[in-house]
Amino acid sequence: MTIHNRTSFLDRVAENLGRERRTEVKPPSYSVKPQDRVFQGATQAELIEKLEAQCRIIHTSFERTTLAALGDSLQKVLAAFEGSRKVISAGGPRLDEFGMRGIYEALGKGGFDLRIWNEQEGDVTFAEQAGVGIVFSDITLAESGTVTLFNDKHNGRSISLLPETFIAIIPKSTLVPRMTQAARVIHEQEQKGNPVSSCVSFITGPSNSADIEMNLIVGVHGPVKATYVLVEDL
Amino acid sequence: MGIRIGDKPYAERIQAGIENSFMRQAVSSAQGRFRSGRLKAAEDLGDWEDWRTLGEEIRHHTMENLDYYLHQLSEQVEKRGGTVFFAETAEEANAYVQEVAKKKQARKVVKSKSMVTEEIGLNEALQQSGCEVVESDLGEWILQLDEDPPSHIVTPALHKNKEQIRETFANKKGYTKTDQPEELAAFAREQLRKDFLEADLGVTGCNFAVAESGAVTLVTNEGNARMVTSLPDTHIAVMGMERVVPTWEELEVVVSLLTRAAVGQKLTSYITALTGARLEDETDGPEDFHLVIVDNGRSKILGTEFQSALHCIRCAACINACPVYRHVGGHSYGSIYPGPIGAVLTPLLDGYEDHKDLPYASTLCAACTEACPVKIPLHEHLIRHREIIVEREHMGAKSEEWMMKGFAKWASTPAAYKLSTKMARTAMKPWTKDGQIENGPGPLKGWTESRDFPAPAKKNFREWYKQREKRRGEA
Repeated sequence: MTIHNRTSFLDRVAENLGRERRTEVKPPSYSVKPQDRVFQGATQAELIEKLEAQCRIIHTSFERTTLAALGDSLQKVLAAFEGSRKVISAGGPRLDEFGMRGIYEALGKGGFDLRIWNEQEGDVTFAEQAGVGIVFSDITLAESGTVTLFNDKHNGRSISLLPETFIAIIPKSTLVPRMTQAARVIHEQEQKGNPVSSCVSFITGPSNSADIEMNLIVGVHGPVKATYVLVEDL
Repeated sequence: MGIRIGDKPYAERIQAGIENSFMRQAVSSAQGRFRSGRLKAAEDLGDWEDWRTLGEEIRHHTMENLDYYLHQLSEQVEKRGGTVFFAETAEEANAYVQEVAKKKQARKVVKSKSMVTEEIGLNEALQQSGCEVVESDLGEWILQLDEDPPSHIVTPALHKNKEQIRETFANKKGYTKTDQPEELAAFAREQLRKDFLEADLGVTGCNFAVAESGAVTLVTNEGNARMVTSLPDTHIAVMGMERVVPTWEELEVVVSLLTRAAVGQKLTSYITALTGARLEDETDGPEDFHLVIVDNGRSKILGTEFQSALHCIRCAACINACPVYRHVGGHSYGSIYPGPIGAVLTPLLDGYEDHKDLPYASTLCAACTEACPVKIPLHEHLIRHREIIVEREHMGAKSEEWMMKGFAKWASTPAAYKLSTKMARTAMKPWTKDGQIENGPGPLKGWTESRDFPAPAKKNFREWYKQREKRRGEA
């Protein structure tokens, strides 16, 4: 049995609400929709500006590059990094779309130990030792500076979590105003019968805490540093 | 631990709070920063009142149809390979988690911050079954090492300063560095990383569960909740039964309200939505997922005039706005839920008997109601609690009942009223200095301990009015 005590529990809820159990509820309609007005009508260029400005607030470096120069940009970001030379990257179709295999090969020659998720055994151990984790944003939220990841077999949860530095490659085409649009995509997919991935991670910059005397500490359990690399793919 | 903290009576708890000058200063400065953060975030967003209205409508609709959405949620979690346990009481919830821990032969449990697991006393239950339980939120870890209860629902160790934290780390974990917050946090990172990697079981709360897809959403900043849900083989999420939303579209709205109202962030560093166990082809994330849905007194709030207390999204905006919390601090409430929402919720969940003083820990200034992102009429609930305590529960102070009866009799007897207003000035003379009473006798003592009371005027109002009318007639 995988659902325990449901009937008695929900009967009690309905009884306290003073009615019979409900097996159908019409989707609610709400009187206001302020979420649709945020950055309404903003162009892609304006959203990039918002994203860049927000990156300053969330302690995240922001780089802009083209598809052709992506390799050089990554090289530059990694060159500034001091720490473990191990790098773990998400896999999947975008490796080829963005020419990542070639880029990674070059980085490998430059002294980095590069591994792509789920191509060998022991990914979590490797990610724990890695200094850098590289992912592709699936949906990017300009307002909050958030990278949305649909974690799956190509894109393990650990990549963006265990290494000290977090690098997100942001295809320009993934940029939307805010979480509203990302939630809508997931909701529509659910309604079409396409279930959501086992873990959706909305990641906004490096980890932080204000638990000690309300001082902002950047870098607690998750990554200590974050860099977004925006790629013109349109 | 359960919902109650400490065993001192209310008056002593309050006194201890008022005398703790570090805590008072810390709380007061934190309140200021939380408040300006919240106001700025609301202003940046725009249309804040519309957002609050939407939040209220979402929470109202969900609560009115709670049985439907919890049913849908459990179906979806099951579809994704998870197990759902509906627990009527704290004991049932704890027993289930203990059973899972036993089945998994779990020795080490890592937890991310969760108020509902504090409420049901899950840590103690797991420890009784022989598990080592490690709290991984920085604030919660500090409190766990120090065996101290939380004093705030968002920043639980608000009452501690960095020197105290350094000392705790040194005594309990052999820490040798300074009291710099960055160094303290780096130490926690290094210490807890081992725990995350070794743990057999990860336990989290749940900020919001999405009924349409079965996702459990965690709103965090430190990354510990992601560790807890990525590394151990088993994940158990514990949720209060009211913490559900219909779809992802509502999730987005309540998350936007929560992060702004709580800490003034547009979004926290991590909003993590976890659905069931990991898929077969995935190489991290838990192989086994359990969702425990807890009632523990919540259902008896449904259908009552207090139902909107269940709309709470645990942002602590009311706590950060409350002038009483500012002066007495979180521990004075004697409940893991402090501040205005705590004063409303605690008597509902745990009875009036032990918490009859809480609804009086308020000036009824309504700053809480104004701050609430889902428009819970908190101060009205507090007034209603007071009425119930006096009228139905007969728990009002006996002296108050006696005084009120006396007042009614006196005020409705014109001769007595007239005589005593005339006599008051003479009677109070021994305690009067420059027109102020500084150290009053009897019932005035409580008042004059912290401020002066104006001495009765030379003329009472009736005399003054009579003379004024007379002067007018002459003019």
